[in-house]
Amino acid sequence: MSDQPVDPDAGLDPTAAHVEPVAADALAEDVSGASFGSFIRLWWQGIRAGELGSLPIIVGLIVIVIVFGLLDDTFLTERNFTNLLLQMSAIATIAIGVVFVLIIGEIDLSVAFVSAVGGVVMTLLLRPEDPGWPWWAAILVALAITTAIGFIQALVITKAGVPSFVVTLAGLLIWSGVVLILTTQASSVGTIRIQDETAVGIANDFLSATAGWVVAGLVVVGFALSELQNARTRRASGLYAKPVVVMVLQTVGLAAITFAAVWYVNKDRGVPKVTVILLALLVFWSFIASRTRFGRHVYAVGGSAEASRRAGINVDRVRITVFMISGFMAGVGGIMLASRLRSVATNTGGGNLLLLVIASAVIGGTSLFGGVGRVVSALLGALVIASIQNGMDLLGLASGTKFVITGLVLLAAVLVDAYAKRRRAARGVV
Amino acid sequence: MATADTPLLELRGVSKAFGAVQALYRVDFEVRRGEIMALVGDNGAGKSTLVKSVVGIYPFDEGEVFYDGSPVDIHGPRDAAKLGIEVVYQDLALCDNLDVVANMFLGRERARARFVLDESSMERSARETLDSLSVTTLKSVRQTVAGLSGGQRQAVAVAKSVMWDSRLVILDEPTAALGVAQTRQVLDLVKRLADRDLGVVIVTHNLHDVFEVADRITVLRLGQRVAQLERAKTTQQEVVQAITAGTLDHVPGMVEQGSVEA
Repeated sequence: MSDQPVDPDAGLDPTAAHVEPVAADALAEDVSGASFGSFIRLWWQGIRAGELGSLPIIVGLIVIVIVFGLLDDTFLTERNFTNLLLQMSAIATIAIGVVFVLIIGEIDLSVAFVSAVGGVVMTLLLRPEDPGWPWWAAILVALAITTAIGFIQALVITKAGVPSFVVTLAGLLIWSGVVLILTTQASSVGTIRIQDETAVGIANDFLSATAGWVVAGLVVVGFALSELQNARTRRASGLYAKPVVVMVLQTVGLAAITFAAVWYVNKDRGVPKVTVILLALLVFWSFIASRTRFGRHVYAVGGSAEASRRAGINVDRVRITVFMISGFMAGVGGIMLASRLRSVATNTGGGNLLLLVIASAVIGGTSLFGGVGRVVSALLGALVIASIQNGMDLLGLASGTKFVITGLVLLAAVLVDAYAKRRRAARGVV
Repeated sequence: MATADTPLLELRGVSKAFGAVQALYRVDFEVRRGEIMALVGDNGAGKSTLVKSVVGIYPFDEGEVFYDGSPVDIHGPRDAAKLGIEVVYQDLALCDNLDVVANMFLGRERARARFVLDESSMERSARETLDSLSVTTLKSVRQTVAGLSGGQRQAVAVAKSVMWDSRLVILDEPTAALGVAQTRQVLDLVKRLADRDLGVVIVTHNLHDVFEVADRITVLRLGQRVAQLERAKTTQQEVVQAITAGTLDHVPGMVEQGSVEA
């Protein structure tokens, strides 16, 4: 037990440490516990023990919908909901990379300007005849450059042993300078328009209504199949599997949300293409984080770098790869942002983009203390952050007020994180 | 060559110096299959250095290492693991944020197509190993290690060390941070390792533990072996005597002053 303040009612917690006699018969319960009631009970125990998962986020979203829904008539309209999807995509995309960095217990403060580098490089390469590259080549080169930036920063962090906070803070300045240099050199007014239909379409095109339904169907069926497959292999091995009731309820819940969302945006312009890209990235990186050996090592390094090293994991390689993921995802997000604005400018990547991205990751439930977090938290956090920004814009609040409120929301999220960590510490050894 | 009497691990005249500090000086050491060998000594006697050198973290300066009767070169924990030597360190080397299964397979995850984790297979094996060691206090192998008590964590660390067809398990102060009941459980676990015909080295300060489980006792003092005793034929008093005032064959200047190990 550390010297963390111990919660007074931790002793009542059935999962508290040092209660081994109670646990003696628990292996049996674990296997037979495939009922709905015990699943809920375990979940609630987890919450009490500080494993909050997505609960704070869902509560937060409900509050946001109620508050802004009451304050502004347009907040809940289909048009605004579609706008919200467009606004959140780049933030969520960049935040996915930040989630990986936070899980290994590091920070990347350079993501906003690295994303701007990605957007600017793509835009410059797309200028007609100068050099007039095809969209895919411009995007590939832009992403290669942002990934390389992540690699270089990670090299300094791992090989020179400088804290990532400092290295990426330097990166923040350097890449903001690079963006300024590139944009002012390319244009006297400092704004460069994207003149490629496909590149502009990334964040401005929509799926047809039918295509939207198909995507929704694929999402739901894919989720159900993956859950079924998982449960089947676990049952075949005689292991505890999620109760069928829970699986059905989760699938129905996901289907309800997905189809409702598609129905709603189809009343406006349809499902944005950029949302589909975001979903694909989300599924891919979730898979990497939770199902692969590399993902396991990412969590291990975040939990204890020393234990990972002794277990034979190449800790530096994991760190470097994670910062490359961060650079890559920043590049993708930067391309989305540039595409949405149809241009880049001297101030691209500036403003509060960095704050919004990191706030998204943290609000979504990724711990700043390392080792804890899920890729999906980037999406959930970005949804909260973008909703708040969107709602405040609709209300016409002054910039100062918006900063204060966003800052308070971030503070609240960090406090929840710290509280959850204390609960976990009170229960075990951290 | 390797008969029943051949020690599983044998060190002959190994030395290790850190600069001017002679941490180990011409130490002989052996452990047999199915035997619990206690390695005792005061702070700075060279116990940890010996353990770390066996698994190749610090290379020996001189001396020979025999494994199963054959000379071996161990250059790092991976070499040691290949030979079936596992160390359970005092600080356990567990990741608090991962569950029991993930910790037991850390760095050696089973995967399909080289990279997709095979969770079911790992969970089953983890459970089998824990069951075979009669570890009954774990609520679930899917709970995170952060929620486990000290004894449970030790049990997980020990179980992790025997998962890999290991033949020699070295436990560094396994009971140092534990209460009475948990110490009891861990010592029982240690005995079960020896019952499986593994060689077990238990590094400890605690003479009570030594007399509880060890078959033989090696005493280090100031980097030298001052005694190797059979538990059945010795007394706590004799061991204490060896730890504090055992005869040194050799008194190099620095050793007398040095507090040697971390």
